[in-house]
Amino acid sequence: MKIKDSIEGCFQLMGGDFTNAGAASSELKSTLARLGVSQDAVRRAAIAAFEAEMNVIIHAVAGTMHYVITTEEVKITLTDMGPGIEDIELAMQEGYSTAPDWVREMGWGAGMGLPNIKKNADKFKIDSVVGEGATLEITICIKKG
Amino acid sequence: MLKVSDIAEKVGLDIGVKGELNKDITGCYISDLLSDVMANSKDGELWITLQTHPNIVAVAVIKGLSGIIITNGRFPEPDTVKKAESENITIFTTHKTTFEIAGLLYNMLK
Ligand SMILES: Nc1ncnc2c1ncn2[C@@H]1O[C@H](COP(=O)(O)OP(=O)(O)O)[C@@H](O)[C@H]1O
Ligand SMILES: [Mg+2]
Repeated sequence: MKIKDSIEGCFQLMGGDFTNAGAASSELKSTLARLGVSQDAVRRAAIAAFEAEMNVIIHAVAGTMHYVITTEEVKITLTDMGPGIEDIELAMQEGYSTAPDWVREMGWGAGMGLPNIKKNADKFKIDSVVGEGATLEITICIKKG
Repeated sequence: MLKVSDIAEKVGLDIGVKGELNKDITGCYISDLLSDVMANSKDGELWITLQTHPNIVAVAVIKGLSGIIITNGRFPEPDTVKKAESENITIFTTHKTTFEIAGLLYNMLK
């Protein structure tokens, strides 16, 4: 793998900007693939990053996606300004969603995003202050060899 | 294995956006819920949907899908076409229903 120390990057995300949704996650995916990270880790990182990116676009006002890639792991941190998550346990339940009708008509808002991030991540942590925003920390381990 | 380039003629689809046509089709997934496609589709699959907005292209890119088929006489939105062109994702359109397209594809892909 072509990683020396660590590689970092950061993207700005705008709430409601559905047209550019996925740009940050696609770029992270290409970066990981270019570095020779295993297909499985690339796939899991891309899926988790994309669902987290969508949540900022759907539920928050604005945010950032920051990533650090080392030889051991990819760590993706999403920080947003927005309503925050009042009951994290409830939000993690499959099928729970507060997305408005027009977002559901687009096929989002099935309440499957956070559970799918958890499924694909090796470590997943949510912190939130209601009325201020949410921070997600997603870690994907990169297998050696 | 069936390629994206084979499918238009075999199934009678119109080409909305010509992307990477040389891709192998590994199977097919059908859903109008984008997070369901994110969770349950697999690399190389064709995706049949009624959704027409630009996020379908993002989902196809992230999941490595081989192409998108929009059924029931719907067309991709202009922003969707632009995005698919820049991401090299093929989008087919058809007046047939999802059921009809799935039926035609089923025997070719199973
Ligand atoms: N960044 C966020 N800011 C505020 N609320 C969020 C955020 N991410 C998730 N949520 C809350 O958690 C719920 C479940 O999220 P998720 O599983 O991704 O489903 P969906 O996005 O389809 O609603 C959301 O409906 C929303 O209430
Ligand atoms: Mg979500």
